[in-house]
Formats: sequence, structure tokens, C-alpha cells
Amino acid sequence: MTEELFGNIHSIETLGTVDGPGIRFVVFMQGCPMRCLYCHNPDSWSMSQNKLMTADEILKKYDGVKEFLRNGGLTLTGGEPLVQIDFVTELFKKAKIKNIHTALDTSGIVFNKDNISKFDELIKYTDLVLLDIKHIDDKQHRKLTGFSNKNVLDFAQYLSNKNIPVWIRHVVVPEITDIEIYLEELGKFLSSLNNIKALDILPYHNMAEIKYKNMGIDYPLKGTPQLTKQEAIKAREIILKAYKENRYKRDETK
Amino acid sequence: MLNLAMERASETKDFKPGKWQSEINVRDFIQKNYTVYEGDASFLAEPTKATVKLWQKCCELLKEEHDKGGVLDMDTKIVSSITSHGAGYIDKELETIVGLQTDAPLKRSMQPFGGIRMAETACKSYGYEVDPEISEIFTKYRKTHNQGVFDVYTPEMKAARHSAIITGLPDAYGRGRIIGDYRRVALYGIDRLIEDKQEQFKSLEGEMTPERIQLREEITDQISALKDMKKLGQIYGFDISQPAKNAKEAIQWLYFGYLSAIKEQNGAAMSIGRTSTFLDIYIERDLRNGVITEEQAQEMIDHFIMKLRLVKFARTPEYNELFSGDPTWVTESIGGMGIDGRPLVTKNSFRYLHTLENLGTAPEPNLTVLWSTRLPRGFKEYCAKISIATSSVQYENDDLMRVTHGDDYAIACCVSSMVIGKEMQFFGARANLAKCLLYAINGGVDERLKEQIGPKYRPITSEYLDFDEVMEKYEDMMEWLAGLYVNTLNVIHYMHDKYCYEKAQMALHDRDVKRYFATGIAGLSVVADSLSAIKFAKVKTIRDENGIVVDYEVEGDFPKYGNNDDRVDQLAVNLVKSFMEKIRKHYTYRNSIPTMSILTITSNVVYGKKTGNTPDGRKMGIPLAPGANPMHGRDTNGAVASLASVAKLPFEDAQDGISNTFSIIPDALGKDEIFMGDLTIDLDCGCCSDNLN
Repeated sequence: MTEELFGNIHSIETLGTVDGPGIRFVVFMQGCPMRCLYCHNPDSWSMSQNKLMTADEILKKYDGVKEFLRNGGLTLTGGEPLVQIDFVTELFKKAKIKNIHTALDTSGIVFNKDNISKFDELIKYTDLVLLDIKHIDDKQHRKLTGFSNKNVLDFAQYLSNKNIPVWIRHVVVPEITDIEIYLEELGKFLSSLNNIKALDILPYHNMAEIKYKNMGIDYPLKGTPQLTKQEAIKAREIILKAYKENRYKRDETK
Repeated sequence: MLNLAMERASETKDFKPGKWQSEINVRDFIQKNYTVYEGDASFLAEPTKATVKLWQKCCELLKEEHDKGGVLDMDTKIVSSITSHGAGYIDKELETIVGLQTDAPLKRSMQPFGGIRMAETACKSYGYEVDPEISEIFTKYRKTHNQGVFDVYTPEMKAARHSAIITGLPDAYGRGRIIGDYRRVALYGIDRLIEDKQEQFKSLEGEMTPERIQLREEITDQISALKDMKKLGQIYGFDISQPAKNAKEAIQWLYFGYLSAIKEQNGAAMSIGRTSTFLDIYIERDLRNGVITEEQAQEMIDHFIMKLRLVKFARTPEYNELFSGDPTWVTESIGGMGIDGRPLVTKNSFRYLHTLENLGTAPEPNLTVLWSTRLPRGFKEYCAKISIATSSVQYENDDLMRVTHGDDYAIACCVSSMVIGKEMQFFGARANLAKCLLYAINGGVDERLKEQIGPKYRPITSEYLDFDEVMEKYEDMMEWLAGLYVNTLNVIHYMHDKYCYEKAQMALHDRDVKRYFATGIAGLSVVADSLSAIKFAKVKTIRDENGIVVDYEVEGDFPKYGNNDDRVDQLAVNLVKSFMEKIRKHYTYRNSIPTMSILTITSNVVYGKKTGNTPDGRKMGIPLAPGANPMHGRDTNGAVASLASVAKLPFEDAQDGISNTFSIIPDALGKDEIFMGDLTIDLDCGCCSDNLN
């Protein structure tokens, strides 16, 4: 390493229990190109410099609390961590030397299937990807995030080909993603992949509204109701049903 | 002794023999006879009709108490003692376990031995008046603990109490934190315990030193308490002179022991010990012999726990403010590991926790799981389930405490560990180290009262605080505080023993108990952050017209305790070590072993009100952080980093306990059923697709 790499860090949470298996050391990376309407971390959007830390500094902090993390590991989230893919790769590489379980929470939006050399390097050190599929329908994805979902689905396919374990995360929002045909379509898409280990339905909540207010920006989903637990369970069932049916068909035709 | 044991063998003939027969040794009985349970919670029984009905009655009474402003009824005429009242019931027909503090549920007893003024004020605040004759007796003819203490206090002690640099002292109420081995009543019966005490009495002849005279007098008091316990049994129609013959008697006998204690003492914490696994031995035997069913076993435990939920004392509103409510700290310690590696978890450990489901949640009794990583998985899962459903379980680290106390200790109050029947504690409230730092800066002048309270050491005169100078002065001021504090407690415990001796609880102890002299500190994180601010940032003093520093301006940032940052965490560690060392330098009453706690759970709010602005930027009146917690909002790296800071504090210098109050919303603790975990997807699809059709 000729020059020390710095990560632009938003914050660190040492008791992460929802971003991967076990208790996890979660590093929130600063900066995200997407502007998802339901984003609950608008404070992590800005690409401008926040807190700079090296991989060694982060791992030193990790070491300080590692007793608590025995069944967990390190999760990078954001923001969009892959905006800083070089740093992420270096951090994971160093983490793997210490035998730390590494998880990457990403939207996959910066993936480019015609230029995968950096990703090939990254996944060597990545134990688990928490892949956020925002919307299965391209047009709706554009509306929701400002971007096409093509890179996201390409990334999912890429991870499947490379056989990297993936947990799918999907925020279910009334009137946006909580629509049967889209949920089915998502299930169907997932069934074409070989590496899905879990489905994590995230029911939409509006707890971030106050953050928007404090930042002086309008909350885009004002008035959208929160998703109830029953609705979330139903959404999950729809996705899983489509997933299983199509898996079954696929296996039959093998 | 052996002959006696043989004679009584009929009650205990199915039990495995051991040392417990020839000496008072409950632990040996448990170790020889208990049955580890490593299964899950599926055996547990629902509440019986009687339980539901009885608890319904209790709920109505509790509601009535609440609606009446916190007290249902108070005794103003009868001084509470083990035998002071006739039998009282909630509903005699329904109760499988009986006995109340007075002759009616939730009627608070009058206990003036700690202090008549406290008893009077407690009554007055709820619209009652202590019988004038009682007031006269306890003013003119019978000295109280409170009177004794104030007869002896030095002006300096009174001043320190007034300014609240030493605070919460048990000088006007029962000190508590003593756990009688109530199990002894069930295992041995009262007669055997009296014989044992008589032998102890005989063993203390010869040279009559003050210590020996005191102990002889105490043992005589203990014997009379044991005789009274027998009478208490008779009041309710039981003969507890002999060992309990079955599970129901074992619970009842044990409860009479505890009831005697709370009729006689209104200590700040009246904990019950570690009873579940002991009682399980009797329940297992009855189940095995087909004498009772699981439903009946659960019913008895439900009724027993119900009684513990109704324990109440007459307190003043100020007392309730200090403790944020009306706590009694009926702590029961559950589980833990034996030193032979077997878990001390039995079915009855489950039954105790199950009361939270059968009767609904409650803060008392304070069910405390002695947690070990090696506890059986089924028990861990049930604990987690009950915690999630009720938020009413306390956990403490058995792996840590077992090293010091073995496997038959229990928790008194919230964290004070002691071996049951062998160790006790002199509870000593706490010294405010944050205020002490301000005294160091102001040369002993109280920043709030503007009075000279501490010694008139040279104050700091510079505009900016210099770390080395502050530390030097702070060490000196802590030296003064530790001495004053220990000596104040010496006075208190001398007088408590003299005028308000816990004869019922001590009757259920060995002759030679190990005594802990429990001190405590408040304001740890404020001091650590203040010292860090002085060391790593710049702290400017702001003085009033008399030159007393009344506020501080912090320029720049500084490491804050609670972020796993050694620069400041070590300041906290050193503080704990340093103050404990200073405590150890002094004589402690009855050669007790000094310990220290860092465990304010609610009183930190009141202490904050009495502590001026501090160099960390905290303003006057803002609560100190509870126990060893970081200051609110300053731990910014998440809970684990915060806990890691606290975990650095040395247990050997804070052996009476370190607390970290930590709340978290359930959703932040993990996923529920919406999350589809790992294997489900793999198993549900592909090869095993039959279930699709």
C-alpha cells in the first residue's frame, strides 16, 4: 500500500442487531447517490467530507469491543458504502486477516457489469451481502430512487454467479411496493438466483420524518401510512410463494 | 447432634444424607438433593381458578391503594413486631400460603425503632397520626436509632449531610441489605435453630470483651426472635418448630421466616435470598410421590410470589422521591451455576419466572437471574422470552460473582452480593464525588450553599484549570471525604446495632458472620468527563463576586466516558481505585470489610439537583448519570462501546456492585418473525417442495 486510504464515515454503532447475523459493529459510510423517497438516513446523503478514518483505526475500535461481537461481525452500511469501494475492499481485506465476519449492506447501484475488476476483488473478502432491492419494476424504481434498477439486478445476478451469500432486504411501503404484482415479480426474480439465504422485509415507518424536519427538507412521503405487521407478513408470504413456485418449476425443468 | 438428626429423620427420610444433618448447612442440603432441569418451559401450568380470583382481589386492593394517593391504610397504634398482629388474609379460603405484615392486606405497619420522626412524617403525609402515646414512648423512654446517631454526629458530619456531599444515609430508617437464610426455617424447624443458637451462646463465655458482650446480647435477641417466629406460626395455625414435611409447608415455613423479618424491620431493601432451587427439592419429592400436581406446585409458588408483591412499608414522600416510587427490593436470585459445574437451574426456577405470566408483570419481587454463559439453553430461552414479554427480569453476572462468593450467594437490593446466612452488609449510601471535585476547586466551600463545608484547603485561583493542580487538590479532598464518610457510617451502624438490631434476620445467620462495610459513590461519569475536559480541552472558571467558582466554560472537545476511549476511561478507573484505597485506610465498624458500589439507579436525579455546575459543561440541577453510566447523550458509539467503558471499572475495587442502566426499544434488539432467517428458505424450496401442494 503506497498511500493510506481514508474512509468517509458518518458514524459507528457498536450494538448492531439488525444488520446481519449476531451482534455487529456497524460502520455507516457517508455519502449516497440515491435519493430514495423513504430514506431514513438523509443525514448520510452528502458526499462531502465528514469524519475520516483509516481501516486500521476502525479495526482498532472493533478490537476494543470484540468480546461482545463473538457471534457477529462487521457490517458496512451507509449511505452507500460502494461509493467508497476501494476503502471498503481494504477494510474487509484487513478484517478477514483478523477472521472477522464481513457483511456489506448495499443497494448495488454503483455496480457496472462491464467493469467488474474492483468487485471481483471486493467479494474475495465479503462473507455476506445485504442487498437492498428498492423496487423490482424499473419505472417505479426510477420514481422511488431517481435511478434505473438495472445495475441492482445485474449485481444480484453477479453475486449469484459468484455464489456469495445474500440476504435480500426490501422496504415494503403502502402504495409503492406493497402491491401484489410487484411483490410477486420480486419473488420470481429472486427464484432465478442461487445464493439467497434470507429475506428481510422492512416495514415502512415514518420515524425519519423528524430528521427531515431538522434538516429543513420536505418529507417526500408525508401522509403515507406506516406498514402494519400483518401487512408485512402478508407481503413476505406473497414474495415467498412466488419464489417457491418458480423455484419448483425451475427445478422440475432441470 | 447426630442423635437429634436421627430423631428428626422422618420428615427428611427421602433426602440424601450429608453434613446438613449434623450442622446448619443449607447449601450442603441443596447440593446433595437438587435436580437440575435442562428442558424447556413446556411443563409449566396455567394459573388455577383460585390464583386468578385471589390475584384479582389483590389488583383491586392495589388499585384502591393507588387511587387513595399511594397508601391504603396505616397502623398508628400498634408497634410492629413479629407477633404484634393477629392473622391477616386476602381471602382465607383461596390462599395456599398465608401471612401478612399486619392484620389486613396493604395496611402498613408502624416501625419506629429506626426513628420516630420518620414514622410520624410517613403517617402525616398520608393523613394519619401516630398515637400520641407511641410518640411519647419513643421520644421519652425508648431511644431510637435516629436519636442515637444524632446524639453522636459531629458538626462536620451534620454539615456534610446538609450539603449532600454525603447523602442517602440510613440514619433515620432501617438500613436493610441483610438477607436471613429463610430456608433454614423450612429445613430445620425453629427448635433446632434455637438449639444451635443456644450452643453458640454457650461457646461465648470467658473473657468478656465489648465484642463478646455485644454478640452474646445479640444471640439472646436472636433466640427470642426465633421463639417469636414460632408464635407467628401459631397465630396462623401452624407449628413451625419442626422441619417442613412437604412442599407446601416448606414454602410456608420459609415465608414465615421472611415475614418475621419484614414485620420487624423496614429496611431500604428487604431481599429474600435464593429460594427457588431449595424449594424445588420439596416440590420434586411431592411430585414424585404423587402428592401434588404441577398445577398445585405452580399455584403455591404463585401465591407465595403474590405475598411478596404485597410487601409494603410506611415511607415519607421524600424517601419515595429519592427512589422514584415505593420500592421494597424483595430480590430473589434465580439460577446461576454450581461450583461443581452443574447449573443451579431447576423446574422451580421456571415457576418463579412463570409467575410473571400467570399474574402479569410486576416490579416486585425483583426476580434476578444469576446469568452464566453455561446456563442450560432451555432456561436461557425462557428468560429471554419472559424478558421480552414483561421487561421484569433483572440479570447479574454469576460468572463474575461466583469467583468471590461461591454458589450459595444472593443479591440484596439490586446488586449487593452476599453468601446467604454467612455474610451481611452494613449499607452505607453514597458520597458525591462530583461535589467533591467542586470542593477541591473551591477550597471546601459548597458551590450551592456558599458555606464552608469541607476543610479550608487552598482553592484554585487561576482562570484556567490545570490538570495536575486540580488532581492534586482533588486527591486531598477525596482523602478528607473518605475519612468523614467512613466515620459517619461507623456512627450509623453502631447505633443501628444498638437500637434497631435485625434480630430476626440475624437469627438466620451463622454465629460469626462476615460483614461488608458498603460505601458507594455517585457522579463517576461527571468527574471522569470533567477531568478529561480539564486535561484535553481548556476549562475556564467563572467566579461570583466572592471569587467562588460557580460555572465553567469548556473550550474545545474532549474524550468522553462511554465511548471505549482509554484516555478518559482510565480517569474513571483511577478514580474508583483511588477512592476505594482511601476508604480502606480507615477503621470500619466491627472490623467489617470495606467495599464500594457505583450503583445509583434513581437517586442520581436528586443528587444532581444538589450539585452545582461542573467542569464537563453539565449545568446545576441536571441529573448525574445513574451508577456507572456515561452522561446522557455523550456515548456516541453505540451501546457496546458504552458498555465496554463501564466494563473497565475494576470489580475488586467496587465489589458491592457496578450498575449500568440501559434501555433499548425491543425492535433494536433484533428481528421478529417478519424476518425470514437463514435456513428456512433453503429448506422450503428445491428438493423438499412437497409442502407447496
